Formats: sequence, structure tokens, C-alpha cells
Amino acid sequence: MRTRSVRGATACAVALALVGLAACAPPAKEASGEAKKSSTATSAQAFGGMDALVAAAKKEGTLNVIALPPDWANYGEMISAFQTKYGIKVVSAQPDADSATEISTAKNLKGQGNAPDVFDLGQAVALANTDLYAPYKAQGFDAIPADLKDPDGKWVNDYGGYISIGFDAKKVPAPKSFADLLKPEYKGKVALNGNPTKAGAAFSGVVAAALGNGGSADDVAPGVDYFVKLKEAGNLVPVDPTPATIQSGQTAVVIDWDYNNAGQTKALAGKVNWKTVVPQGAVTGAYYVQAVNKDAPHPAAARLWEEFLYSDEGQNLWLKGGARPVRGEEMAKAGTIDKAAYSALPAVSGTPIFITEEQRAKITDYLNQNWQKEMG
Amino acid sequence: MPTGVVVVQAFLSDAGLPTLDNLRALGGGDILRALLNSVVLSAVTALLGAVFGAVVAYAVSTASPDGALRRVVSAASGVLAQFGGVMLAFAWIATLGLSGLVPTFLRDHLGADVDTSWLYGLRGFVLVYLYFQIPLMVIVFLPSIDGLRPQWREAAESLGGSTWQYWRHVAGPVLAPAFASSALLLFANALSAYATAAALNAQSTFILPLQIGNAIGSEVVLGRQNVAKALALEMVVLVAVIMTAYAWLQRRAERWLG
Repeated sequence: MRTRSVRGATACAVALALVGLAACAPPAKEASGEAKKSSTATSAQAFGGMDALVAAAKKEGTLNVIALPPDWANYGEMISAFQTKYGIKVVSAQPDADSATEISTAKNLKGQGNAPDVFDLGQAVALANTDLYAPYKAQGFDAIPADLKDPDGKWVNDYGGYISIGFDAKKVPAPKSFADLLKPEYKGKVALNGNPTKAGAAFSGVVAAALGNGGSADDVAPGVDYFVKLKEAGNLVPVDPTPATIQSGQTAVVIDWDYNNAGQTKALAGKVNWKTVVPQGAVTGAYYVQAVNKDAPHPAAARLWEEFLYSDEGQNLWLKGGARPVRGEEMAKAGTIDKAAYSALPAVSGTPIFITEEQRAKITDYLNQNWQKEMG
Repeated sequence: MPTGVVVVQAFLSDAGLPTLDNLRALGGGDILRALLNSVVLSAVTALLGAVFGAVVAYAVSTASPDGALRRVVSAASGVLAQFGGVMLAFAWIATLGLSGLVPTFLRDHLGADVDTSWLYGLRGFVLVYLYFQIPLMVIVFLPSIDGLRPQWREAAESLGGSTWQYWRHVAGPVLAPAFASSALLLFANALSAYATAAALNAQSTFILPLQIGNAIGSEVVLGRQNVAKALALEMVVLVAVIMTAYAWLQRRAERWLG
């Protein structure tokens, strides 16, 4: 679901400790009448209410998740909170995998007890594989804006963020916009998290740069031109940013999702004064997508996990990790949001842009033809 | 087995139907340039690595077999040959990168503004790759040099031969096949190196392994997994061509020796 370069070995180690011996998953149980009922249920009501769903999930006893790094959007705490609350063991496989791997793993392990029960996917991969999902509407589904979900509940956006500029406040002055980064103070210091023809964060980074330089989601050329200028000024460092490159000052400025930059602040606390701003006039957002595997070996636990994620508690846990939960605005109005975490998010000025699928195809095409040529 | 999978899937579309589109993609300007860059990078680092590595290996071979020099160099080579990857790239970025130690020092203390952006391009890759190529050459070539018997040299000298004549007519031809095969190993080593390149330059896909990485793992451009297989097939063919040339060369070398 993501380019995992920024979170490295520590994520792996923590995940391993978390998973323990869970790699030896039990074989899938025979599809009894009850399991069949669970795997076609489209809401908690179909089980006969939340209590019945919890009981069915507890009976299954296990939930398989995939590609959820513990330091990404606070998934570590999310998983342990779920385990404590319901006494269901969460088996976290390949925490650093990308979205395409989630899908191929589900296909390869189809019918086996260790296949993933739920997915957390990037938008492009999610929309290309909708025939793999079971429709399910968790609590709060109706209140989610229509363009952030499938009408039948096959997939729902879960959390997202905006493209931001993270910077080492001790080494560089605070930038406000993309134009600021062209100044000589940032010479040899600016990195983009990944290659935009490969990584979602970098892709959106180029779109944001386009917005900040007179372009739009329909005209991304100014974004590419901007990075060419940044390179010619000697400000762009082409390396892949990691906590090590940040700490050593090689990438004192990183263009990435705001929740990733928030993660760096936490990871480097005490060593680097890492701050995050959302650049003016260039607010580009994207959501990740939540879906239930239609061949989930633990159908009830998968659905209970969705209920937990979309509960106020689950949404606030994402928020605590610096991600913006999809029900955030609604919860802010209702007063159920974690106010401290909500106000700690970087300030945003201007209307956020979300890329449509049509725009995504056009941008991808343009980047494919021009990025490599310009970046040499 | 993996080679078989690569060969078969290189000819399949994303939907699993037979196609030549993946191979056709290899003709794209980008990929041709990546191929050329990969060959140049591998050839240059193999040649430089082989020459410098051989000199080091010879110097070591003349030292006493149990001496400190030999032990230190062999141990260091063993470690450094495996030092490629993210760590090596990071060491160079921290030293010579745009905000690295050396350029920052020069700027702050001598007022000299040096541009080290070449580090992230082909020339930089040559320099960085040599740091695992030379040690590898030392490791693989040292046993061959040790095979040169001192008696041969004594024989050449007692017959009035000069040092040049000894190297030209005795040691050179004896070592040539080993030298060529070591250089070939270095070529393949550089051709397939990925982690070092990926850490050094995330923005450009100017060599083949980076192209493959992009085609396989992209979350932006979907359905290019089989193009990656076609790219891998291209690299397999490349190595096969070189192996054939090498086999031919070695037959020539053996004929001279015989």
C-alpha cells in the first residue's frame, strides 16, 4: 500500500515482536452454515446486531491483516487496542508490503487459513480490484461523503492526508510554499519521497507542486517544470529520504504526506526538530481505501475489524498517528473527536484537491513520458 | 526455474494472454538508454575494478603469507565486497552528497562552492560501484596470482629474460583466463546491483535494475509486472551473450597456452 523506504528495520522488528509465532496460521475451517452467513453479511444487523457479530468474531478467534506497519497512521496501537478489546489475535503479515502485494497475496493464498481478511489499499490499486471485495457497511457508513465510498460498501475510504513539506527547523528556515524551496537556503537539501512514476506520495507531491505553480490536477506540467528548476538550482537531492538521511542532514527538507512527516517527528524526537507545513495554495489530498476480502478466512472478525476502525475509538486512533480519519469532520461537529490530536494536525489554508480517476490516468501518462526524460 | 518463469511471463499480458507487447516495450527510448547505461556502467567498473583489483592482489601476493598486510587486506576485501547496498550509498551521500561532509567543509571553510550532483549520475555510480568491485576482484583473483610459482620467474631470469619478458610471455598468458573470468564476474555483479543504485538516486531510472524495480513495484502505473519480466529477460540475454564471448575468448587463450 505504500513505499516503505521511510520506515525501515525498526518497523519490521516491532512487527515481528508483535506477530510472534503467529506465522503458523491454522488451516481454514470448513465453511459451516455460520461461516457462510458471516461471509455474506453486509452489516452488523445481518448478524443480529453488534453483540452477535462480536460473538461470531470471537469464535473465529483470529484476524489476518497485511501491510500495516506499526508506525504508519498508528496501526501498532490500533492492532493492540483491537486485541485487548475483543480478545481476538491479530496476525500481521508483511507489514512493509505495498498495495499490489496485498492483492497478489490474497490471490495466491486464496482458500488458505493465512490469507488476508482485510485490505488497506492505495486508491489506484483498490479501484482496479473491486471484484475481490465483499460489500460491507460499517457503522457511520451513511455519513461518509458519497465520493469517498462505493455505494454498495465494497470499499470505503478510511484515512488520508495532505502533501506537506517536512523540515529540520535547526538547519533551514521554515518554508511556506513550494516557491520558497527554490531559494539558495535550501541548496542540496530537498528530497521527494520516492519516484512519482512509482510511489503514491511522490506522485501527489508533483501534483501539489503543479497546484503551487499555476497548474492544476488537469495540468501537471508546471509541477514537473518546478522539480526541473529545483534540480537545476542544485536544491533537489535525488536520494530516497530515510530517518538516517534526515538525521545526518542530507535531506533537511522532505516532500511527503503530512502523516509520514508527523511520523518522522515522533521517530526523531530529541535528535531532530522535525516540523511539518502544508504548502500554501497547493493542498493535495488522498485517502487510503479499506475493503474486506470476499474470501476472508475469518469473515466475522474481518467485519468486526471494520466496525472497530470506523468507530469513534478507531477514528481517533488514526488521528493520533497524524492521519486524517474519513469521519473526522463529522466527529468534530459532534464533539466526539480527540481535540488535542485534531488541533495538532498541520494547518491547511485553501480548498484541498483530490485527484479523480480520470485525472490520475492523464497525470500518470504525462509523468511516464516526461519525468525520466527531465530527471535524466 | 525462476528463469523459466521470467521467460514465460515475459510473453504474457497482464490478463495472462500471450503477447509481444512486453518485448515491444523494450524498444522504448527510455529502456534502450537504460540498457546502454547499464552496459557502460558494468563494463567500466568491471574493467577498472579488475585492473586495480589485480594490482592490489599482486601487491598482497608478494607480501609474506602470514604477514599483517595480507591478513588485513584479505579481511577488508571480504567485508568491503559485501558492503554494497544502502550502507555504501549512504556513506557516499554523507561524504560527498550535495550536503555531505566534504562539500559543506569546503563551502564553510574555504568558500569554495563545489557541485557534487554528479555523484547521483553515471559517473558517481562508477565511483561508488568501484568500492565493492575492487575488493571483489582482490578476493577472486588472489588465488590465481598465488598459483604463479616463483620457480617460473627464477627460470625466466636465469635464461636472461627481463621482468617485462616474464610478464609478457609467462605470467600474463597464465593469468589471462583467470583475469577475464574475474572481470566477467565483476560485470555481472555491477549489472545486477540494485540496492546501492536505488538508495543513491530515487528519482531516475537510468539503469536496468531501477527500471525493473519501477515496473514491478509501482503503485502509480499498474499492470507492468510482465514488462519487468521482459526487462529481466533482456538482462539474461545480455549475460548469455557475454558468457558466449567469454567462452570463445577462453578457447583462444587456451590455444596460446597450449
